[in-house]
Amino acid sequence: MTTTAMVEPSVTARAAVALNGVTKVHGRGSAAVLALDGLTMDVAPGEFVCLVGASGCGKSTLLSLVAGLDQPTSGQIEVIGDRPPALMFQEPALFPWSTVAGNVGLPLRLRGIPRAERRTRVAELLAAVHLEEFAKRRPHELSGGMRQRVALARTLGLESPVLLMDEPFGALDAMTRDLLHDELERLCQRRDLTVLFVTHNVREAARLGDRIVLLSSRPGRVIYETTVDIPRPRRIDSPQVAKIAADVTDRLRAEVGRHGH
Amino acid sequence: MATETLSGLDALELASRQHDRSRAARVWASAWPKLVALALAIGIWQVLVMAHVRPEYALPAPLTVGHELWERAQHHELWDGIALTLRRAFVGYAAAVAVGLLLGLAVARIRVLRAALGSMITALQTMPSIAWFPLAILLFQLSEKAIFFVVVLGAAPSIANGVLSGVDYVPPLLLRAGRNLGARGLSLYRFVIAPAALPAIVAGLKQGWAFAWRSLMAGELLVTALGHTALGAQLMYARELLDAPWLLATMIVILILGIVVDAVFGAADRAIRTRWGVADTTNA
Repeated sequence: MTTTAMVEPSVTARAAVALNGVTKVHGRGSAAVLALDGLTMDVAPGEFVCLVGASGCGKSTLLSLVAGLDQPTSGQIEVIGDRPPALMFQEPALFPWSTVAGNVGLPLRLRGIPRAERRTRVAELLAAVHLEEFAKRRPHELSGGMRQRVALARTLGLESPVLLMDEPFGALDAMTRDLLHDELERLCQRRDLTVLFVTHNVREAARLGDRIVLLSSRPGRVIYETTVDIPRPRRIDSPQVAKIAADVTDRLRAEVGRHGH
Repeated sequence: MATETLSGLDALELASRQHDRSRAARVWASAWPKLVALALAIGIWQVLVMAHVRPEYALPAPLTVGHELWERAQHHELWDGIALTLRRAFVGYAAAVAVGLLLGLAVARIRVLRAALGSMITALQTMPSIAWFPLAILLFQLSEKAIFFVVVLGAAPSIANGVLSGVDYVPPLLLRAGRNLGARGLSLYRFVIAPAALPAIVAGLKQGWAFAWRSLMAGELLVTALGHTALGAQLMYARELLDAPWLLATMIVILILGIVVDAVFGAADRAIRTRWGVADTTNA
């Protein structure tokens, strides 16, 4: 176990998410798998960090830990704000029995916000993702991209300063994904969100991130980091994005090759 | 700009999902196969009667039975019987629902109870309800209580099982999403687990009703001394009096009641499926 004393106070104070020696073992005894091994990294407030790694590098485990849905085996995780971080999955994970407005309103309802205020806030959230006319629809009546937008509006309703995204656009077609990148970029700038974004799509990471962190697989460790100094708004097909993506891809290949996959 | 592009793309995807069929066409599409099947059944019955496979006093013609049914519908005896039987059914079923829901929820939540009772509930379900009657009669004599006891025991395990499988099969992703959105303990049950389990619970309730109805009929056949007008008792009297038209007319009444209640459950099931977007739109 690490103690608070070992972390420099100034670093902890500045970071929106601080991970210090985070280790996670799944299972017990001979079946135990080391998913994360002493992971240490910081995410600054307002920073957009993309985590890239081959499958099995514990990216999703890491997000579950930061979201507080699971406990690390050892090490510590600190997150700013009095609200737990908002988490978005590859699947929209919308509640099929509820309308779009009901889904988006649930985090507000769980916080005890009265109905009238909830209605205006839900309308605002839906307007932020351009779905205001779809409030009364049910999830199955929407397209894949729209559903993921509803999920985004729902997580924004948590009003957490930190947003965790687990390959949120992985199941979408390229065109829809491109549009959602633009929207996410705009929302993050406007709301000053700190984002930890997991993806295996290196171009997506270069398109969105202020910083790209490459994780090794089994166990997950930080093996490479690079800052993305491309002015926003960016385009996924710009030469600068392609250059950074190529660089990260080379490192990723070397890592995957090392494991003989 | 973004809105326009999206409505363009999404409109394309959404357009194919509009299935518009008129209400009358839908009702007709679901009604005609049933009507044909009914006509066929009555036809076969009539053929058997005309072939004299059984004497007329044992197997009367459909028209005779229809006439008998019409006659009986004019008298309060039939309606008293329906009222008595349905009252027993609903009281017993309501108690079974309360017991089944509580039991299912308790077994789903409490690990020790699940280890102890989980497989027992399934075992109870396989027990034919008529096998409970000798014990029920010993415990409660030939009384309303005996009938009530067997109806509850027949229906509650199915309902508990429905709750159990509903809670077990809540998609883990929805649980994670719910917890991240701030649902804990009771609110997780209220906003995520209960609605997610609803289809399985309704299936359990439907099966529970079928068991309650069968148990009740078995009970009324055995405990005829009580409530002479009960539908099950009428069946026994009709047999004893060799009154085949009466017997068959009563059976038809029992069948119709079963179908009506089943239709109510079917409607509830369809309403849920439509809301969830899992309804089969190709078949009405």
